[in-house]
Amino acid sequence: MNRSPYITDAPSVTCIMFKVLLALLPGIVAYAWVYGGGILATLTLATITAIAAEAALLKIRHRSLKPYLFDMSAVVTAWLLALSLPPLAPWWIVVVGIFFAVVIAKQLYGGIGYNPFNPAMVGYAVLLISFPLIMTKWPAPLSLAQVPLNFMDQLHYIFSQTLPDNVKVDAITSATPLDYLKTQLMLKKEVSEIMQAPLFSELRVTDSELITGSYLLGGLYLLQQRIISWHLPTTFLATLSMISLVFYIGNPTHFANPMFHLMNGASMLCAFFIITDPVSGPTTPRGKLYFAAGAGILTYLIRVYGGYPDGIAFAVLIMNMCVPLIDAMTQPRVFGHQNR
Amino acid sequence: MSAMIKFVRHFMQDKSTHNSLINLFKFNGGIHPPQHKSESTLKPIGQLQLPEKLTLPLRQHVGNMPKIKVQVGEHVLKGQMLAEAEGTISAAIHAPTSGFISAIDEQVIPHPSGLPDLCITLTPDGKETWAKLQSTDWRNTDKNQLVTHLRTSGIVGLGGATFPTHIKLRTNANVHTLIINAAECEPYITCDDMLMRERADEIIKGIHIMQYILGAKKCIIGIEDNKAEAIKAMTNACSGAEQSAIEVRVVPTLYPSGDARRLIHLLLGKEIPHDKRSTDDGIQVFNVATVLATYRFFAFGEPSISRIVTMTGNVASPQNFEVLFGTPLQSLVEAAGGAKLNTQHFVMGGPMMGFNLPNAQVPITKAANCIIATSPDLFAEPPQAMPCIRCARCADACPVNLQPQELYWFSKSNNFETARNYHLFDCIECGCCTYVCPSNIPLVQYYRYAKSEIIAADKSANAADLARERNEFRLARIEREKIERAQKHAERARQAKESKTAVSNDEAEQTIASSTFKEPTAIDNKAAINAAIARSEIKKLAAAAAGVMPRNIDNVSPSVQAEITAINELRKETIKSVDLKSPTK
Repeated sequence: MNRSPYITDAPSVTCIMFKVLLALLPGIVAYAWVYGGGILATLTLATITAIAAEAALLKIRHRSLKPYLFDMSAVVTAWLLALSLPPLAPWWIVVVGIFFAVVIAKQLYGGIGYNPFNPAMVGYAVLLISFPLIMTKWPAPLSLAQVPLNFMDQLHYIFSQTLPDNVKVDAITSATPLDYLKTQLMLKKEVSEIMQAPLFSELRVTDSELITGSYLLGGLYLLQQRIISWHLPTTFLATLSMISLVFYIGNPTHFANPMFHLMNGASMLCAFFIITDPVSGPTTPRGKLYFAAGAGILTYLIRVYGGYPDGIAFAVLIMNMCVPLIDAMTQPRVFGHQNR
Repeated sequence: MSAMIKFVRHFMQDKSTHNSLINLFKFNGGIHPPQHKSESTLKPIGQLQLPEKLTLPLRQHVGNMPKIKVQVGEHVLKGQMLAEAEGTISAAIHAPTSGFISAIDEQVIPHPSGLPDLCITLTPDGKETWAKLQSTDWRNTDKNQLVTHLRTSGIVGLGGATFPTHIKLRTNANVHTLIINAAECEPYITCDDMLMRERADEIIKGIHIMQYILGAKKCIIGIEDNKAEAIKAMTNACSGAEQSAIEVRVVPTLYPSGDARRLIHLLLGKEIPHDKRSTDDGIQVFNVATVLATYRFFAFGEPSISRIVTMTGNVASPQNFEVLFGTPLQSLVEAAGGAKLNTQHFVMGGPMMGFNLPNAQVPITKAANCIIATSPDLFAEPPQAMPCIRCARCADACPVNLQPQELYWFSKSNNFETARNYHLFDCIECGCCTYVCPSNIPLVQYYRYAKSEIIAADKSANAADLARERNEFRLARIEREKIERAQKHAERARQAKESKTAVSNDEAEQTIASSTFKEPTAIDNKAAINAAIARSEIKKLAAAAAGVMPRNIDNVSPSVQAEITAINELRKETIKSVDLKSPTK
């Protein structure tokens, strides 16, 4: 029998997924610092739902539970989706999103390795289309909220949508910077004028920078561990910067600067954790460049011209559709062959 | 942002540090498995005791099976030819010691299939009497004669490929560079390392002979940088004035740099096109042990009867041994202090490309560069394979720059044509992809499977093409013959007519009565016969077209008919039982 090679040296899938979770931790800490501990409840709920859904579907599909459940991929999906949701999203939003991500987008396509679309982004897109009001209503950062909720209040709100008697919903929510910019631009205001709002005060910028920087830190850890390659995050961030720079230079009164686009929304999370999903992404080095560039351009266009404040989920899903084509078109030149 | 770019740049630099060695051209990927080479290099090359019997498989090389020249019971001398090369690509087999031929039969050979093949069994007489050996004054001999002579040496590529050496030395190729493959990139294997440490001078002399035969002006010896002593020995050996055309070049330790095409690229920066041989570019590659064997053949007349084998892994004292071909593996294991208790089986070759031997009795052959006794601790059972997550680590590791994840996908889904288009046949089965796979997918097995399926399909397609061609040819022939017959018939009829008129004209009245009566009848008869033949041909053609061929069992005696019926019954039964056994698809 010829079963060589007899030796291997590779991190297991579980190990890879575990490192991704580890890399998300700084971002989660920053998130909790800025928006309060409610996110921890959301993450826990998402994790439990994802594992339960994964286990149930594996059972139905007659797959062995142990290897597939312990590959941790469902937990990664759960965390990515949870971090994309508004911090105080009601519990059922989390459950519905996870259901679509794990059951529909992943298991019904054949489980890990077979999903053509990024599960977390499918879950997010379904929620955004179905419940746009909830999905675009972000609580203000604790530092800006008129009445900062404590952890118990946040838990209570997540699970029963009730606030302490003295607090009104309006007091804790605000538009996201991306959303605010968009609506204010529609009111024919200039960017520089909009940026004077308290939402963009120095303090607020520190908040978004903190979260963005934490994701970047985790991303660099993944690069260092060779879990992801430089192609995707670098190209995505570079493309997003370039396209926003071009628009910004063209009309600075109407378009935000590149830094704004890099620091806001889920740009950094997307660059290091979402487009780097290997299953639904391209595999060739050149393909990764095209994929990330496409995602960057689409993200910007949807942000600026689309109907939704952030365009990452749709950009990623659209690029997922192009993956088979990208892979086929970007096959590298094989050793000893003239052409690609 | 700038910090990130710096960070990324740092990575890219890190990746390219291998290039720091002068004039080397890196190929894509490759891996750094643990070496495990030091265990077997502690002791010098050892000798084995003469075993009780030697089993010599006739197929120890790539090519035709050699023709047996001896008979059972015959006494043979050490170095005497037992089987001679047959056809172009073939190699001779020689007696590793003097003794009696005790059997010529099928025995289990060291092959991944574990199937038996024809072997000559030699029982040594213990005298080690050499046959008369003749050295060759190679410098004053015609090159073609040397190559023809080498055909009787039984020397094949000792790196493991076992391609007959005399074919590779044929002088019609315009070779300018000779590359000596001493990379020995696979873990555990140290036979070439030890050979270079101990016999560097002889290797250099062998290189001179090969350079002479090939007309190669330049020679580069490629050695991985993990063999410091061998590098030193080889550098010393070729430091003389005469050796100036030979250069020892150190290559970084990176599996699989010992693959011939990878090594050529590493040393010369030249990619041999996938559909060409290296000799088309004037480069020929030989393993270092092959060079030594060639030297000993020309210098002393010694044919290929032994080789250096690394016995390592789960044995008491790993070591290299000079082993006579045909020696049972068990003798080698015992010489290395015996296998430890938890030994599972023996692997021939390295851990990356080797295979399990069927048992410990199989003989050591020309291909056996290394034997590894394995245990669960040494080579753990691979965990359950998980679905591919398309992480493309395999593509990063592939030295041929293939996309193993795509090849896997196509092979698994039996989409062989696409796999072929993605250059499946460029895969060298080095195992780098499997080595780095987080999902533990036995990728190489999938490629071997796909390749064998494609080769089988091609073969049957070729056979079908041939059959179709033959049938078309046959139909064309039948058609042609029919036309020819018709023409002949018409010609004859015309001739007959002419002769009739001639007769009536020339011979006048006295013959009229007989000729008018007789001749037409003869012509009519012939025409009737021809017409009948033509009709039967048409019938046959129609039958053939309808798929019903006339059967040769239609007019047989009742006893034969009964026999046929019985056989048909039996056949039906067999088909039924086979149907029951095979799962329904």
